[in-house]
Amino acid sequence: MQPFTTLTATAAPLLRDNVDTDAIIPSREMKSVSKTGLADGLFAGWRYTQIGGRNPDPAFILNQPDYAAAQFLLSGENFGCGSSREHAAWALAEYGFRAIVAPSFNPIFRGNCIRNGIVPIELESGPVANAAQALPLTIDLAAQTVVAASGQSWHFAIEAEAKAMLLGGLDMIDLTLQRRDRIEAFRAADRHQRPWAYFAA
Amino acid sequence: MTTNTGIGRTLFDKLWDMHCIDDLGDGTGLILIDRVMLHERTGGVALESLAAAGRTVNAPAQVFATMDHVVDTLPGRTDATIMPTGRDFILATRTAAQAAGITLFDLGDDRQGIVHVVSPEQGIILPGLTLVCPDSHTCSQGALGGLAWGIGSTEAEHALATSTLRVRKPKSMRITIEGSLAAGVTAKDLALHLLGRFGAAGAKGHVVEYAGSAVRALEIEERLTLCNMATELAAFTAIVAPDEKAFAYLEGRPYAPTGDEWARAVESWHDLRSDDGARFDTDLRIDAADVAPGITWGTSPQHYAPIDAVVPAYEGVAARDSREAYDRALDYMGVAAGQSLRDLRIDAAFIGSCTNARLSDLRRAAAVLKGRHVAPGVRAICVPGSSRVKAAAEAEGLDAIFRNSGFEWRESGCSMCFFAGGESFGAGERVVSSTNRNFESRQGPGTRTHLASPETVAASAIAGMIADPRLLQTGN
Repeated sequence: MQPFTTLTATAAPLLRDNVDTDAIIPSREMKSVSKTGLADGLFAGWRYTQIGGRNPDPAFILNQPDYAAAQFLLSGENFGCGSSREHAAWALAEYGFRAIVAPSFNPIFRGNCIRNGIVPIELESGPVANAAQALPLTIDLAAQTVVAASGQSWHFAIEAEAKAMLLGGLDMIDLTLQRRDRIEAFRAADRHQRPWAYFAA
Repeated sequence: MTTNTGIGRTLFDKLWDMHCIDDLGDGTGLILIDRVMLHERTGGVALESLAAAGRTVNAPAQVFATMDHVVDTLPGRTDATIMPTGRDFILATRTAAQAAGITLFDLGDDRQGIVHVVSPEQGIILPGLTLVCPDSHTCSQGALGGLAWGIGSTEAEHALATSTLRVRKPKSMRITIEGSLAAGVTAKDLALHLLGRFGAAGAKGHVVEYAGSAVRALEIEERLTLCNMATELAAFTAIVAPDEKAFAYLEGRPYAPTGDEWARAVESWHDLRSDDGARFDTDLRIDAADVAPGITWGTSPQHYAPIDAVVPAYEGVAARDSREAYDRALDYMGVAAGQSLRDLRIDAAFIGSCTNARLSDLRRAAAVLKGRHVAPGVRAICVPGSSRVKAAAEAEGLDAIFRNSGFEWRESGCSMCFFAGGESFGAGERVVSSTNRNFESRQGPGTRTHLASPETVAASAIAGMIADPRLLQTGN
């Protein structure tokens, strides 16, 4: 996973509430048993003029020249609601998005972002969009700040573990496996308490 | 990281404490995962990715997989699918499941079905267990008193490899529903009512405990429907304190404990309830009498109105998104503010999904359909939630009622709850559906979905327009 430290880039405003994962990556665009090959399907229902087609709809924000190189996305309440499909985070990451600013995120989607190098930033996105326009924003994860070209800045909250994962590009499985003895001891003791929770291997 | 032990713990606190192996700091716990469930859509990729990283499943006996998302539901189905690449998902999941040594409810297995229907049916979810699945509707299973929640594929790899997840402890919410639901009002209407009232972000990040006399009065399959749509409220998950109904439902199920172990388990499960005086971060109450049969009019599950109402004006929407989103929803759905919902002609009716395709759902829909026929020009489809549900329905003749009324009777699976590139409804077609999501193009490119209870779907199929099932004499 690509570490995230600090990045200056354009932020595309998609200021709708309840943007769902079906909209981020329609199920019909999830064609293979794979985490890749999804960028073209990102926002396919909005981005192209026809379902299944690839002719860009010029009205959609990501098709506008000012936002062609956007690496941040600004959106509304409850971003990433709906299906748990991690393909939504994979598609956003593959397209090039590194951070999303929204007042709130769906919990599963938020976890998927953190595991794929996308920083979920919980902030009212309207003021950020007003300040940014088509000018770059700087996001500093260590400092937990979003800074507009105008100098206006916002502080955001993120839990320590998510921050460490994103800063280091860490794989949490390796980290957890370091506690394997502790986990197995807990399971062995628990098995006496709750034998019905365990099936014979 | 243990919560205040002794007095005042919520049910969720108790489940958290039972499963918290280590405090990882900053409110995050290393949580023991008792069961992992997978399906071919998001599970195959998790198993493959795990194997590609050189890792193995830590406790394969605790892991179950089923085929539900991309399998065809037409009679005589095989591994071939209408979805162009669906077969790849089926084969990949089968191969990976075999290699990992996990239990698979494959095509042709009489235990196959939608993951959240199969798990309770088989007794895989039990009170007091933690269960995760890379599927957002895993929250359904909280109806049995376990902590069950949806995760992504990468988290599923973590759970498979370590039997744990690193979880930041969610906030808690109690929604107390007192009183009685009126005749003809279902758990689905209740779920939609809550969405209309509190909005699609109304429980964001919280573990919701459903409580109160109206919830206790619900049968287990109704509780499964109620908990199913907690993800539409953006909840972390939902849970109902297990009671005698839950124990009776589970006793004798294939993976439930037996004999002395069953007795011991039930004894311990009696403690799985929120203590008197337990404090919730948010505590909401509603009166069951306020709930009416309802239907969605827009493209978010919060776009809900009682069925005898009109499409609300923007100012009249309780849980409002932006004006732009409202206008966009009306335009997409082809409806106008002030228009009576019951005047809308429909093209199709769909009964199925993890929300509403259990035996009791099919029985109630069949009671509406019996002796009646679907209106000309309406395509009507029933997809049982599992192969066991299908067999049980056939054993009591429900399939004949569905078929005789003009419904297609299918093999079990998720089917047309969503469009994955295979079967779909048409552009601009209006569908009344017992499913859980009415997002743009969810059931087909440009398809307009109205969410409702199975009996409302059945009544609408007969009328050829959105219809109130209470106006049809049900039963014989």
